[in-house]
Amino acid sequence: MATAATPVANLEVVEEKRTSESLFRQALRRLRRDRLTLVAMFVLFIIGMLSVLAPNIQAALGVSYTRTNVTAAFLPPCIPFLGVGPAECDPRHILGTDDLGRDHLVRLLYGGRISLSIALAAAIISIVIGVGLGMVTGYFGGIVDDFVVWLITTLNSIPSLFLLLIVSAVIITNPNFSGTFLSGPFALVLILGFLGWTGTARLVRGETLSIREREYILGARAMGASSGRIMLIHILPNLISVVVITLALDIGSLILVEAGLSFLGLGVKAPEPSWGNMLSQAQTYFNKGPHLVVFPGLFIFLTVLCLYVIGDGIRDAFDPTQKD
Amino acid sequence: MLKYIIRRLIQSIPTLLGITILSYLLMSLAPGGPARALTFGNQRVPPQEVARLEARLGLSDPFIIQYLRWLTGDDWMRWDSDGDGVSDGSFLIPLDADSDGVPEPPGTRRGIIRGDFGQSFFERRDVMRIIGERVPATLELGAASLLVGLIIGLPIGIVAAVRKGGAFDNFTRIMAVVFNALPVFWLGLILILVFGVLLKNATGGPFLPMGGRCPTTLTGCPPLHQRLHFLILPTFVLATGGIAGYSRYMRASMLDVINQDYIRTARSKGLTERNVWFKHGARNALIPLATFLGPSITGLLSGAAITETIFSWPGLGRTAVSAVTQQDYPVVMAVVIIAAIATVIGYILSDILYALIDPRIRFS
Repeated sequence: MATAATPVANLEVVEEKRTSESLFRQALRRLRRDRLTLVAMFVLFIIGMLSVLAPNIQAALGVSYTRTNVTAAFLPPCIPFLGVGPAECDPRHILGTDDLGRDHLVRLLYGGRISLSIALAAAIISIVIGVGLGMVTGYFGGIVDDFVVWLITTLNSIPSLFLLLIVSAVIITNPNFSGTFLSGPFALVLILGFLGWTGTARLVRGETLSIREREYILGARAMGASSGRIMLIHILPNLISVVVITLALDIGSLILVEAGLSFLGLGVKAPEPSWGNMLSQAQTYFNKGPHLVVFPGLFIFLTVLCLYVIGDGIRDAFDPTQKD
Repeated sequence: MLKYIIRRLIQSIPTLLGITILSYLLMSLAPGGPARALTFGNQRVPPQEVARLEARLGLSDPFIIQYLRWLTGDDWMRWDSDGDGVSDGSFLIPLDADSDGVPEPPGTRRGIIRGDFGQSFFERRDVMRIIGERVPATLELGAASLLVGLIIGLPIGIVAAVRKGGAFDNFTRIMAVVFNALPVFWLGLILILVFGVLLKNATGGPFLPMGGRCPTTLTGCPPLHQRLHFLILPTFVLATGGIAGYSRYMRASMLDVINQDYIRTARSKGLTERNVWFKHGARNALIPLATFLGPSITGLLSGAAITETIFSWPGLGRTAVSAVTQQDYPVVMAVVIIAAIATVIGYILSDILYALIDPRIRFS
């Protein structure tokens, strides 16, 4: 007798092919589909590359960003195959020349080198300070925390530009420092970096306060991990998205601030070009060379716009509530 | 409520102290300082003389004493009680600082907490008088920009929320990023180029004034309504940040409110959509905006420095910029501290306003 063996169904679980995806990888995947952010990255890359290659472009065009030539001052932009500029213009000066006959495009690119590197360096300084202080104060609390919070509140209650004004009054325009490293772009990097960390610190402190209470931190502590290890291994990686977003937004706003200061004559000093100080000189020549007003601002605007768009794009990409 | 206000005021004391300490620290790094100013930067004044002058001015006192003197004045540190013009009593500082056997004259400074910021190096008159002359212009520009920012920004935010995801919403979202990325000084220059240089009015003059606050006349500045055209360009430039900020904030706030239960109740009562959005939605969505007052003041003052400089607007911002260029430290200090105090007051006011509208805040 054969008992019909109830065929035990092939209960092989058809396991869903699901590789766990790290938050970072997920963000990257989202970013790759975010066209606006990609375009912004591309434009920013082009501006950056052009600035890096400024010396080569200068050589290729056979023009100079420092040599003055008064007979060739205020030449209009000239791109013959696009029909830009008068019939008999000098095609070497693509964006024309400035009040002293220096090539406008190459000056803009050299200015870009300065503006971009100041903003980048200052943003890195302020992020290192902000993340460091924010993490330490958020983790340990106590009197150091009280002090840093007080410092942040104090710094934040002075309108930022006025704070920068008073500092550059004391440092950059200080005759005792003229000629030393404290009168040049380097001073600007330090000033912007050391005054700009408050926002990041507050953000990171808040994040750390909440991460500190999670179970895995308790677990790590129970296993005997030191505070330093917990901060570096368990807290810092959770802050990466905050850091990347802030970096993009910070570089953007620092470009604006640097340009503003240089425009007021308190940042990068002529003859060294920066996007800001090129505009402050252009103000005098509305009638003779309107192009001198248009392009430096356009470069600032485009760069900052790209950085803001990228910052927003990264924020969306890292947002776990965002649907795919 | 009074308790809350008092608590909030007391909380601001450390911040205000911090602002003065920070500013004084920074100013003490400045080259020369008062001694240089008194000797007119003359290099031939012998060093002993400068040292004597410094002792007499209290510049060789410990830092904390110097700070106290600057903050609270020195009329209570060295005084003349019998009225013979020679000081006969002192506290914290020596009676005869330069040790020449003659007591120093009694202190006359009242300190910044009593509004004595000293004399401008450059203009040789009371800093407070200079500031007093400039405040109205900045208030005028700031108030106009705040108003324009709210009048344009709030409706945009409301409409964007009502038509969420639509073309208008997307357009305003892009505009907000664009407005934030626009360098204000460039926008100002471009507007001057367009409305001051390229466009002409009927008489062939510039379409809008390229700068200044009043027409150049000998009769002084006419009342505001006769010179509104001077306000147009600078106000718009200064308001761009506000327009972008308020519209985004109002949109977010509206979307928060619209998911609340009482909105559903309002809908189920059969109210029209218009009434639901504007009577029930927008009014409640405005509440969190009260917290925006403090940050707005910071933004307006920071922006004012640049905007006023471009448009030759005779306000605090331009004063600060030119004082920095002229190394006129008392003026720089005064503007910075007054701007900071205005910000702190703005934050307190917005907290109080918020607590007034929303009683839950008072008790947390």
